Amino acid sequence: MNPIVEVKNLSKSYKEVDAVRNLSFSVNSGDVYGFLGQNGAGKSTTIRMLMTLIAPTEGTINIFGKTLHNHRNEILSRIGAVIEKPDVYKYLSAYDNLKLFAKISGVKPTRQMLMQQLEMVGLDQRWNSKVSTFSQGMKQRLGIAIALVHNPALIILDEPTNGLDPQGIADIRNLILNLSKLHGKTIIVSSHLLSEIELIANRMIIIHKGEKIVEGDVQELLDPSKNIVQIETTNNEAAKQIIALSNFTEEVKQSHQHLHMQMNKNRVPDLIKYLSDKNVAIISVQSKHSLEDYFLNLTKSN
Amino acid sequence: MWSLLQIELYKISRRPRTYIAFAAIMAIVLIFQFAFKADGQSYMNLMLQNVQDNFEIDRSKAINGYFMCYIILNTLLVQVPILVALIAGDAISGEANMGTLRLLLTKPVSRTKIILVKFIASFIFTIVLLIWMAIFALLVSMFVFGIDDMLIFRVKGDESQIMQITKDDVLWRYIAAFAYAAVALTVIAAMAILMSVFAENSIGPIVATVCIVIFFTIVSNLNVPIIDKNVKPYLFTSYLVGWKGFFYINANADGQPIKGSIENWPAIRNSLCILIGHIIIMLGIAVAAFNKKDILS
Repeated sequence: MNPIVEVKNLSKSYKEVDAVRNLSFSVNSGDVYGFLGQNGAGKSTTIRMLMTLIAPTEGTINIFGKTLHNHRNEILSRIGAVIEKPDVYKYLSAYDNLKLFAKISGVKPTRQMLMQQLEMVGLDQRWNSKVSTFSQGMKQRLGIAIALVHNPALIILDEPTNGLDPQGIADIRNLILNLSKLHGKTIIVSSHLLSEIELIANRMIIIHKGEKIVEGDVQELLDPSKNIVQIETTNNEAAKQIIALSNFTEEVKQSHQHLHMQMNKNRVPDLIKYLSDKNVAIISVQSKHSLEDYFLNLTKSN
Repeated sequence: MWSLLQIELYKISRRPRTYIAFAAIMAIVLIFQFAFKADGQSYMNLMLQNVQDNFEIDRSKAINGYFMCYIILNTLLVQVPILVALIAGDAISGEANMGTLRLLLTKPVSRTKIILVKFIASFIFTIVLLIWMAIFALLVSMFVFGIDDMLIFRVKGDESQIMQITKDDVLWRYIAAFAYAAVALTVIAAMAILMSVFAENSIGPIVATVCIVIFFTIVSNLNVPIIDKNVKPYLFTSYLVGWKGFFYINANADGQPIKGSIENWPAIRNSLCILIGHIIIMLGIAVAAFNKKDILS
């Protein structure tokens, strides 16, 4: 698969707070990539770094095979995004907002093209209404129309269903699936709801306190036979290296005092013995039933 | 760039607050004109009290369109910076407050270009505001009060002076004065944009700009030798009223004004250079700060 987005060792610090720590992930062409984490996990900060709204403290971002830092405008001309709330000019109509942002995106908009875009998000009947009269759902749909007006290859939607009613959530979900399946767009969607990501994404990442917990195919990650194992040892650095060289799991993540990995629960005793043989003492082992349980526990604990 | 500028001007034109400035100028000028039409002679008598007796003036013609415009500009050019700050102070912070800055900066346009476009749009707004002011303060006054030689009252050192400029020597001076005022007000626009970069709402930069202008104006008007020498030359407010220099004319040996002359052109030129320097520095800081700013709004 051809990675469209490659993020390596991305970090962002604010004085004493590390919002994002050493984050790496990649998004392939055609993916609907779920960006999952509870509120304050660092999703929005990461997405803002992808959109050059925030400068990373460390790390690199490559999009479409080019470094974002050096090819900002070229890359952004191929991305459409809705970051958090879809704020637009309230004193202008939906049509005028769309026309204005189409021009800024480098498109010469025609009336037909703009009306088609508004029709796609169900706002064609209110094209001439001022945005100040719109509901949150209508603003969200207009935000998506603005994100799509220049026919971008990559679409980034930050919590697109926030503040929407059930029908609105379903509409946005269908729109994302249509964009992926019918138009072949690559889409990054952030959410704090695993159930939402599960319904639309084929790949996903979970981040917690600015760090990656797990990344992979949604179906594999949500496979109930695989557990998330959390280990605390006397020497986590050494344990991480030892496990990485073994065949217990594909990836080991370290956060604070723990190592996290996805593996078959039946192999946990073997892992403990293996580490003991390598002179790494185990302080605690916790096995979560599934990724969903694990994510729910993360959410509950905060 | 042109397309972005069109968009920026369109946005300014669609905001109701833009028209507050035009309405305020129109109202103030019309009140002035009404007051002088009703009882301008009292003002003229008051001004002539301190003038030497040997200066012969036809008081009935002294209040004319040119004189009225000068009086109005003297008053209004102190207030207009507030109106300019109202628009320029909103340039970046207003977008941050609305949340549209976030959307704008995800588009393929450099931050430098965005600042420059907003500055140019504020400059154009300032020019249009001055043209509006010229229409009401000069053209309407010329229509209502007629045209004649123009009297200028001036305090130079300890003595009051009156200068008379012939009516065929006035109009070009107003064009030059309005052009100078445009540069002076552009300093305010650049400062308001600079303040706007650091704020997340419009009120802060507008109030900060107005406070700085008021504070610096007070300092500029203090008559303390140490401030005259060490502080005033570095304050842009010391040069905001430099447009008056176009109405200070040279006199020949007989005391007769020399047509087309300017008393101290080098001082005006120097003031213009300092004002333009302020614009460049403030805009440069604004561009640098905006390029480094994390957009968290």
